[in-house]
Amino acid sequence: MTGPLLSVRDLRVEFATRKGPLVALDGVSFDIAPGEVLGVVGESGAGKSLTGLAIIGLLDPPGRIAGGEISLAGKRIDSLPPAQMRDIRGRRIGIIFQDPMTSLNPLLRIGDQLTETILAHKSVGRREARERAIAWLGEVGIPSPEKRIDGYPHEFSGGMRQRVVIALALCAEPALVIADEPTTALDVSVQAQIISVLKNLTRRHGAAVMLITHDMGVIAETADRVAVMYAGRIAEVGEVHEVVRDPLHPYTQGLMAAIPTLEVSARRLAQIPGAMPRLSAIPPGCAFAPRCPRVFARCAERPPLMAIGDRGAACWLYDRAAVAADVRT
Amino acid sequence: MSEIAAEPEGASRPNRTFIARLKDSDLLASFLSSKVTVAAGAVTIILFLAALLAPWIAPTDPFNPATNFLSDSLDPPSFIAGGDPRFLLGTDDQGRDMLSAILYGLRVSLAIGFCGVALGGAIGVGLGLISGYAGGWTDSILMRIADVQLTFPAILIALLLDGVAHAMLKAQSRDESAFAVLVVSIGLSFWVQYARTVRASTMVEKNRDYVLAARLIGLSHARILISHILPNVMGPVMVIATINLALAIITEATLSFLGVGLPPTEPSLGTLIRIGQNYLFSGEWWIVAFPSLTLAALVLAVNLLGDWLRDALNPRLK
Amino acid sequence: MNAADPIVEVHGLRRVFDVSAPFLSRLIAREPRRTLTAVDGADFTILRGETFGLVGESGSGKSTLARMVVGLLEASQGRVLIEGVDLAGTGDKAARRAIRRRIQMIFQDPYASLNPRWRVGDIIAEPIRAFGAGGAGAGPGKRATVARVGELLELVGLHPADGRKFPHEFSGGQRQRIAIARAIAAQPDFIVCDEPTSALDVSIQAQILNLMRDLQDRLGLTYLLITHNLAVVRFMASRVGVMYLGRLVEIGETEALFARPRHPYTRMLLDAVPDLMMSGRPRTPIGGEPPNPIDPPPGCPFHPRCPQAIAICRTERPAFIDNVACHLAHDERQN
Repeated sequence: MTGPLLSVRDLRVEFATRKGPLVALDGVSFDIAPGEVLGVVGESGAGKSLTGLAIIGLLDPPGRIAGGEISLAGKRIDSLPPAQMRDIRGRRIGIIFQDPMTSLNPLLRIGDQLTETILAHKSVGRREARERAIAWLGEVGIPSPEKRIDGYPHEFSGGMRQRVVIALALCAEPALVIADEPTTALDVSVQAQIISVLKNLTRRHGAAVMLITHDMGVIAETADRVAVMYAGRIAEVGEVHEVVRDPLHPYTQGLMAAIPTLEVSARRLAQIPGAMPRLSAIPPGCAFAPRCPRVFARCAERPPLMAIGDRGAACWLYDRAAVAADVRT
Repeated sequence: MSEIAAEPEGASRPNRTFIARLKDSDLLASFLSSKVTVAAGAVTIILFLAALLAPWIAPTDPFNPATNFLSDSLDPPSFIAGGDPRFLLGTDDQGRDMLSAILYGLRVSLAIGFCGVALGGAIGVGLGLISGYAGGWTDSILMRIADVQLTFPAILIALLLDGVAHAMLKAQSRDESAFAVLVVSIGLSFWVQYARTVRASTMVEKNRDYVLAARLIGLSHARILISHILPNVMGPVMVIATINLALAIITEATLSFLGVGLPPTEPSLGTLIRIGQNYLFSGEWWIVAFPSLTLAALVLAVNLLGDWLRDALNPRLK
Repeated sequence: MNAADPIVEVHGLRRVFDVSAPFLSRLIAREPRRTLTAVDGADFTILRGETFGLVGESGSGKSTLARMVVGLLEASQGRVLIEGVDLAGTGDKAARRAIRRRIQMIFQDPYASLNPRWRVGDIIAEPIRAFGAGGAGAGPGKRATVARVGELLELVGLHPADGRKFPHEFSGGQRQRIAIARAIAAQPDFIVCDEPTSALDVSIQAQILNLMRDLQDRLGLTYLLITHNLAVVRFMASRVGVMYLGRLVEIGETEALFARPRHPYTRMLLDAVPDLMMSGRPRTPIGGEPPNPIDPPPGCPFHPRCPQAIAICRTERPAFIDNVACHLAHDERQN
């Protein structure tokens, strides 16, 4: 296997405010291999959506990338001029947002939007582009696509719209798809359908996926690997089954235990005390330390993402020297 | 971008003094960030203070016949040839000091502006709240009345009221009723805008969960309207009120200029301009120029403040 | 807890909304009136001290039903009895008022459920003042009210000094605690919780659900819990009702309903829940989306999506018999 498709190194995103810069992302590093599905999970404000926006160059001012590197297939993309970035967004990175209407123009027929996208990124004629558009609509599971292609977005239900957005994101055959909460706005029964469409299609076309969501269940069903974010940093990263069954970071442990499930009936849910700090009040050292049940002296210093086998956790518990020193005192 | 919106600045803080909170507030920062706004604020404050303190800072009392001498009439400003050093901005046809007349006129203009805006605001906010909260037929009827109201310009209402006052009151008390006529006609022609804005906000607020929670407690509709909904619909009202203050002052000037407004014995800025324009072509330009400049400065400054307030209070423009 | 002591009885509750265009536009376009039946004949009882869960997707009518139960919305048909008293009835006014204070509600969006211009202490004190004043004689004194507000704040895990702050100074989870404090300030017996944790993160959701449980044990509360999250219902509820397109399709004890769903829709909902523990639970794929409630399908409203639909499902609406509204389930029982 060649190098990673997407590589994010030490990404730092800041928001300029009157009271000085707020650090929204701090030292975020991860890779996505070609064809891999990386889940990015975290609570609201953890910085997961921001990471996606930074990668596709859509950070709104006053937010800006203040440090680090983002490379797509070995080439830096974090400092490209807007025109080149636009081209990358359509051709090499497909994007799916939570609300399908951010991607769909309500005044255009969905067929026009699809064919325009295909024409812009593929060297095909108009007739062929339309045929491909119909084929894509079929692939995402829209019944009688040759008829529905001339419909307007408002004529589609929420789930069907999100299917169209998936077709729109994939039709230029990008190597990477960034999906930001693609199922959050949908009903439970429709969520499962969209997840399976997304999973099957990206696999069939060999596209890698960065799946951003707050729903650990969606990640468990869909992702190969998962990165858990907390207060603008990565707390833990690893193969999804391992992280779900045997989380390393105390935050992930608490998070997993806090989720009620259909299988286990309990009298009480495990709970993490307190709430995630606001950006303006992230404690020095480990950001999770104030809520952590296993906090010790070393946590006053910020832990790096430590490699544990092929997993990683930003926690001093996995630093032998730190734990040994704590036992001695 | 929901994540960013979910992160308001600053952690929860203990209680702090009002001044500390003001220093920290976004409103003050956005005020100070624009030089134009600061200048407009300064001009407004100076003019307001001048109007408020007119009896103490004006060189003479323009309403006291004992201090006005016809021999002093139509003196040019003191800084040009032939000017009298006693009259900085010259005198009018009755020998009144222009500077003093302007200070007193400003006072009258602002008083009418404020009262008119307050009356219009009170009617509009009240009817808007009722209309938005009750809905249905009440709403339809009130809004049709508002539509009809919009077809009457302020001048027409003023003429109408003036006529009524004229018919009902003696000539002497008519001058005294002029103030009320102006305030009522300005109030009546401005309430619709408040009503519509408040009605729209009320329709949004009345379905919000905090109002439902208040209903569950069993509070009366009046109580819910006044203590829950009213404070939450006042933001846009303050913006409209500021912009309307400028409009009200202009309307008053227009009415007074046209003669429906205040009599020359109790001149507002509009009355002064009306008197002055008679002398414009005979060379006594100062009688019309200085009140006009004052009026323009006041209206512009208040308008700029209104614009700033609208932008500062609108989270979507941030 | 007396198992046969109903606190809430809902009889044939129905709510129709007029969704037609304004009169004039309708006249010009020659359109008939259009109505939406948000809730179509709901019957159930809630027993004292239990948590009754109501699940359904958007448009199932569960929130409309909740609002009718607390009396925020008038029913088009049917009755809600709280301890035998009809809130919409014309009987004893004092009795209705006494009952009203014993029903409270917790809302979904903690950002919308607290008046942004009020201090937290005033928000929580409002029900105390309102009910105190209307009850026996004078309301509690100012000092007593402040003390009570402090107690309530501590009860929900906040500090008494937090009463002086404004809602915007709190996080979503803390605001939901404030909303809970306001609800219990009225000393209710019965609280309707409309998606109380849907707007919260999972770690905060756990805190709030645990808090609700603790308060239930301590104060002997009865909950009607409305949610789309089956895992939350599984954790909280002793009995569950499943709604689809304005109709209750199944009611059952939580354990039994989750282990042996009888209505195909319940089964479908359970299958749609992501398998977090990756237990390899067998799942059947499901198709379709809920139809528009303005124009529901004839017969059983679920038949277009039902993998087991038979001829009768397309024409005849199944009655709600033996806690389930499904022709197939009824047949099974008879054979």
